[in-house]
Amino acid sequence: MGVLDDYAAVAGKDAIEHLKQLASLLKGMRVVHVNSTKVGGGVAEILTKLIPLKRELGLDVKWEVVRGEEKFYECTKMFHNSLQGESIPIKDELLKIYEETNAYNAEDLRSKLQDADFVFIHDPQPLLLLRNTPNRKGKWIWRCHIDLSHPYRPVWRYLRKFASEYDASIFSLADFAQALPNIQYLIPPSIDPLSDKNKDLPQETINKVYEEFELDPDRPIMLQVSRYDRFKDPIGVIRAYRMAKKFSPGLQLVLAGGGATDDPEGEQVLAEVQAEAGGDPDIHILLLPADANLTINALQRAATVVLQKSLKEGFGLTVTEALWKGKPVIGGNTGGIRLQVINHHTGFLVNTPEGAALRMRYLLQRPDTVQEMGRKGKEFVRTNFLNTRNLREFLTLMVAFINGGEDRIELEVPD
Amino acid sequence: MPQERRKGEPFAVKDCALIAVATGKRAQNLKEMVDTLMTIHPGAIYHHFWGGLLRPRFDDPQYNNDFAVWCHYGLHDDILAERLAVIDPTDYENLEAIRQRLIEVLENRLDELETLSWSRTDQQFYFLRSQIVVFDTQKILSTPEELAQAIPHMSVGSVFFHFIDARRRFPWRMDDFRAWLQGFGEEYGHCVDALSCIDPYFLTLTELRTQIHQTLTNCLQRNA
Repeated sequence: MGVLDDYAAVAGKDAIEHLKQLASLLKGMRVVHVNSTKVGGGVAEILTKLIPLKRELGLDVKWEVVRGEEKFYECTKMFHNSLQGESIPIKDELLKIYEETNAYNAEDLRSKLQDADFVFIHDPQPLLLLRNTPNRKGKWIWRCHIDLSHPYRPVWRYLRKFASEYDASIFSLADFAQALPNIQYLIPPSIDPLSDKNKDLPQETINKVYEEFELDPDRPIMLQVSRYDRFKDPIGVIRAYRMAKKFSPGLQLVLAGGGATDDPEGEQVLAEVQAEAGGDPDIHILLLPADANLTINALQRAATVVLQKSLKEGFGLTVTEALWKGKPVIGGNTGGIRLQVINHHTGFLVNTPEGAALRMRYLLQRPDTVQEMGRKGKEFVRTNFLNTRNLREFLTLMVAFINGGEDRIELEVPD
Repeated sequence: MPQERRKGEPFAVKDCALIAVATGKRAQNLKEMVDTLMTIHPGAIYHHFWGGLLRPRFDDPQYNNDFAVWCHYGLHDDILAERLAVIDPTDYENLEAIRQRLIEVLENRLDELETLSWSRTDQQFYFLRSQIVVFDTQKILSTPEELAQAIPHMSVGSVFFHFIDARRRFPWRMDDFRAWLQGFGEEYGHCVDALSCIDPYFLTLTELRTQIHQTLTNCLQRNA
């Protein structure tokens, strides 16, 4: 069995057949993806899965990374935070290192980059490779995974002139995009159904989390998975839980977040959350390591209902993950959560702890509704937010591009 | 190529895939919506009426185009949402005619309102358009029975292309399945009638595929 067969088993045979048809129009195309790391981080996670799939579909795909000194990463980390809205002026000295690092990486990768039919540059780290590859033959596309809706303007002004040189750019959502002179495609994020965080689990693995975290499997569990951040409103979640618990005394709440040792604000929020919980034995505040994917998967499967009561959110992949496990989601009425949580279908959108409590009470009284919403949510994710859909859109974009980029392109499939 | 109506002409199954493109235009109130609609790329009208069925979103059972959805969720103007939702794009000759109808409905509403309602900043309407790639699957069908058997195996892209997109491609404003079945004469007239009772805008494409299959299979069983 190949990778495609594995995906056919979860995404559906027709989705894979569709990919094969599209890929047949691109057979033999040389494609290079460039980012800054092969391990760790969301982009590496996406590429680790997408590249073997593209290869199995007949594309000649390479994955390259740019390398640099510590100062280079310091600079690109500042880019990342400032593009997401933090006011971080960056010194010229760091920008010079950024530009030089891109120049010598372009030199190293020259033969691969200049002959490729498509080059996908991920995020700002390798953005200047285009400028440093003068004899390029193919199409160059900048894939921005960052929420650019409210960038720190001086930093965006600096980067925009480089991004403008690309043939196209890709953003995750319309709200994340910034005006650029090239065509801007929209490809929403997706989850990998075969990863540790999302794959099916045996009941024993789920039973282990009940034991490990002293949860009672016979009583309802509300779960929120997110780092300890005020925008995720963990205090609001505890308040909602208290209001709902008056009507369901057996209710348990699990807040599962990453370690906060390197994040001073995270530590402070965690302390506030612990204070708010006030020693309630049914509130479980978990600090999980970054690689606790199987544990998070099991917790999501153990939960009765999942919460993502964010006050501000990008796309909210934790919502996608919960829906994929057949759980209704009570989500904050913000950002990408609104694309996924559909009132009365896949869960409920709420604006206050009171709203969240009301919906908790409603769902706790209606196990059939919980089940039906869970079923709908899973199908919704299967159709829209698995990485096979992400791949389909990449292939569509490439086919559209090599055929002139018109609004409607009619093609014959080659024999 | 349009599906021909002549008997004996084979049915070529096509497939399509869509990718959304940002236009950079957005609206936060009705006035901005009207102003932008006046000049927006016609592809945006297509995308917000039809494209929604092929891109990531939940099929909202209340409203079947993005303009109506935004008026409900963004502006909380349900009167306008209802008026927009009832617009059937197949009633109009082309995208320009739909654009004019939209503008007319919005301007009428603006005349009725004493104050302009605004959406929250994070609930603005983003005008998108799409690129659609249509390709031949090399599957050829010769009889209505073969069509019924093939439908469960068609991708949702094929269902979209033949059952929804077809309605705006040809002057007869009909889906490809009915147009092709008509070529077989009276014998299949009841199949055509039964398929015309399916409202594609309130079903997911997967549900639509199931319903077309069931409808066609039932009708053909009556012929047997």
